[in-house]
Amino acid sequence: MARSKSRMSQEVNAGSMADIAFLLLIFFLVTTTIASDKGIQNLLPPKQDPNVPPPDIKLNERNIFNILVNANDQFFIEGEYVENTELLSEDIKDFILNFGAPDEDAVALFNGLPQSLKARANRDGKSSDHPMSGGAVVSIKTNRGTSYETYLEVLDQVKRAYFEIYAERVGLTSEQYRALTGKNPAEKALIDKGKEGIPLAISIAEPDKIGGN
Amino acid sequence: MGKFKKKTKTSENIPTSALPDIIFMLLFFFMVTTVLREQDILVEQKLPQATQLQKLEKKTLISYLFVGKPKKPALYGTEPRVQANDVLINTKDIILWVNQEKDKLSEAERDQITISMKADRDVKMGPISDIQFELREADARKLLYASTGKVQN
Repeated sequence: MARSKSRMSQEVNAGSMADIAFLLLIFFLVTTTIASDKGIQNLLPPKQDPNVPPPDIKLNERNIFNILVNANDQFFIEGEYVENTELLSEDIKDFILNFGAPDEDAVALFNGLPQSLKARANRDGKSSDHPMSGGAVVSIKTNRGTSYETYLEVLDQVKRAYFEIYAERVGLTSEQYRALTGKNPAEKALIDKGKEGIPLAISIAEPDKIGGN
Repeated sequence: MGKFKKKTKTSENIPTSALPDIIFMLLFFFMVTTVLREQDILVEQKLPQATQLQKLEKKTLISYLFVGKPKKPALYGTEPRVQANDVLINTKDIILWVNQEKDKLSEAERDQITISMKADRDVKMGPISDIQFELREADARKLLYASTGKVQN
């Protein structure tokens, strides 16, 4: 008996070590959820003081791009019934960069735009005056019964229009522009240069009380 | 000919003694990066899809709000509910919750709090706008509509 024991190899069999490690690896692979904080950013308007009446901002109808979504998730864009949102971002880009009645600052802004964006200026008197503050506002209005998915789809397209304009101004693609974090001064300068003079003017109206709870 | 003979002499099986080490390396990577879910999500979560996604920078500033139909309709009904931390709360309690979340942050970061709203795609705009109204009241105006990516057409 003693002999047979001494004959046994002294080494531990490490061949199954890989199998054990594999099992553990698969367990962690399955349980891991790499948290992703991705989404569409939105800045809510400041809270209303009940004692102060809301500021009465007069905007001309031509300076507002109206998007209505009803409780059946149908789109009503600028007074027309639209089937889907495919062309929405292009329409919004045309609206923002219309330059119908630019003042001096807006003319300076126009001259600073790249050629591809200048070409979008139709100078239509019935569309927005200029893209600067108070000149072009995109308004999204929903019902209480509109689905969240549809609302986000619309907001997504509006954001896309803005990001494509911003990106084009600084010579990046839309993806690259969105990926800018503003962590270092160079990136921050790029972000600011894209936005300069063209604020993100998205107005999200309080939903109607129809079709929901 | 001599050259050929030499080649045939080399052993054909790959040495696998380093395999456990490689596997262990991978294992440690996943062990370190894994975050075991500390929250039970009580509502349905099918996030909507969008193309214009942006990433948030500072994770410490983010607080999560889950909105959707309860997974246990027998207990909580079928209407969409809001979940904060581990419990379902009423829309009215959001202000209180935001203030609690703000207290966890340092003084300087308090107004930079970002709410990541993880809402189910089937929720209607009614509850969403109620939540947004409460968030405005609570002065937590930075909002992120959490969504998953979609290929842009």
